[in-house]
Amino acid sequence: MHIVVASGKGGTGKTTVAIALAQSLAQDRETGVVLLLDADVEAPNVHLFLKPAFESTEEFAPVIPEVDLDRCTGCGRCGVVCQYHAILAFPAAGEGERPTVLVFPALCHSCGGCALACPEGAIYEVPRRTGVLEKGWAGALRFAHGVLDVGQAMASPLIGRLKEWAQEHSGVVIVDAPPGTACPVVHSMHGTDFVLLVTEPTPFGLHDLRLAVGVARELRLAVGVVINRDGIGDDGVERFCREEGLPILLRIPFDRRIAAGYAVGRPLLETLPEYAERFRALFAAIRTTGAAS
Amino acid sequence: MNELVILSGKGGTGKTTVAAALAHLAAQEARLVLADADVDAANLELVVGAAVEARHEFYGGKEAIVDPSLCTACGRCAEVCRFGAIIPGETYAVDDVLCEGCAVCFYECPAEAIRMQEALDGYWLLSRSRYGPLVHGTLRAGRENSGKLVALVKEKARGLVEQTGADLLLVDGPPGIGCAVIASLSGAGLALAVTEPTVAGFHDLERIVGVARHFQVPMLVCLNKADLSPAQAAEVERYCAAEGIELLARIPYDPDVTRAMVLGRPITADGRGPAAEALRGLWAQLRPRWMR
Repeated sequence: MHIVVASGKGGTGKTTVAIALAQSLAQDRETGVVLLLDADVEAPNVHLFLKPAFESTEEFAPVIPEVDLDRCTGCGRCGVVCQYHAILAFPAAGEGERPTVLVFPALCHSCGGCALACPEGAIYEVPRRTGVLEKGWAGALRFAHGVLDVGQAMASPLIGRLKEWAQEHSGVVIVDAPPGTACPVVHSMHGTDFVLLVTEPTPFGLHDLRLAVGVARELRLAVGVVINRDGIGDDGVERFCREEGLPILLRIPFDRRIAAGYAVGRPLLETLPEYAERFRALFAAIRTTGAAS
Repeated sequence: MNELVILSGKGGTGKTTVAAALAHLAAQEARLVLADADVDAANLELVVGAAVEARHEFYGGKEAIVDPSLCTACGRCAEVCRFGAIIPGETYAVDDVLCEGCAVCFYECPAEAIRMQEALDGYWLLSRSRYGPLVHGTLRAGRENSGKLVALVKEKARGLVEQTGADLLLVDGPPGIGCAVIASLSGAGLALAVTEPTVAGFHDLERIVGVARHFQVPMLVCLNKADLSPAQAAEVERYCAAEGIELLARIPYDPDVTRAMVLGRPITADGRGPAAEALRGLWAQLRPRWMR
């Protein structure tokens, strides 16, 4: 079973919930080995709490075009087919000169269209690093994450590669998704069995929960809600869940001990071990809800 | 142009709370244009009294569509698509969630059964707010091109500044460090990182500082929920001192922040508590750097 923990709004407690859920199951022999994936490659934080021992690392380097100027005639076909304005070519200015080709790696989506379209076969593809993937163990828990290099724009391909790693794992997979509702979130959710949305009972929490539910429904995935910092705001989230028929599977009351533990990088189950049972119950509820929908 | 962008790296550190307070304080002595560049999950509208005046469609890219009456199921599209967006069958189809709009299938299809269609990715909105015009956007559920929509929101906001002769542009940015952040930072004169004294907040602060340096935008820092962990707060202070980054304000944890949000108002609009006081201090520090 693949569960993705998402939220819409940032800072609602995705990482806290994902780690607690994974650790509560890792203590349980029946579940087998649990894999926790940190897919928030722009701001990956799970490793700060788990301090995993990494055993393997992979540079992530999608391909970009490189042009053989001896063969390029500057016909400009590559620039016509590229939908991202990532390549442009101009004919040589005069006799004995070479054509001009401009490649903008930050705009390239590595689709390979220019190389296929080039009538001279002058374009080949070369890897260009945008981040790194690491995997290892945190106690009995399998862990992997991706880290986007600073200054790089495209998170989704790195998330896609990370999800490929998850496909090799036969047991339970828990994905800690990035905030928002755009393509990196979609890539994190895609192909999973259940979306667990962590929200807080405030107008911001509700507004972004609504959007995240929209994404999950667009992908036709089963959804459940965790209300974190229960009691701090108003009852808007509660009413929304009731109206939309969204099951509230867990409430975590606002507790300064949890916040203080989080601040220094202590997982919830270390701060309050009595929560382990509640997270195992959450997993059971996810199974029931997921099967029913 | 006097443009300030509020960022954080980590989500939920208080960007929008700080943005709303600054909008409220700045509007008392300057003419302001607001932009919400978090088009995935735009929240500024909820606390500045925004009323939508105009809504415009945003077409960020294209998506491929297969005409089943022309498809011969030869499989060439599936062979060339690198995004796994082709669904095989008696006739082939495109998964619009996975399609990146690269058009490789369109160019390669020997039966010319594929066409590219403009995709409605979202909307950009112009609203009136209590503190000046607000430009914002909404991305449709799960759509691509948030970076392009951010760039559009910023372009429209800058146009408004030119048009109205406003003094300041305040941009509430998205979390993360990727395309939407880079688009919101592009061309800005000044950035303010809102961080929190947690290991996660600090880790992501270092990353957002790296992005601002990469794009050569000067960055200032304010520490929100500053009293949550004295040890982590000291870490942020040491880091800022060592890197020569100005730490402009320490905003203590204050339940009034949530209360103000529930009321749909900036904390400084009625709050007399410690967070409101600290935000007034932030504005006083920021004012000479931003209003040049």
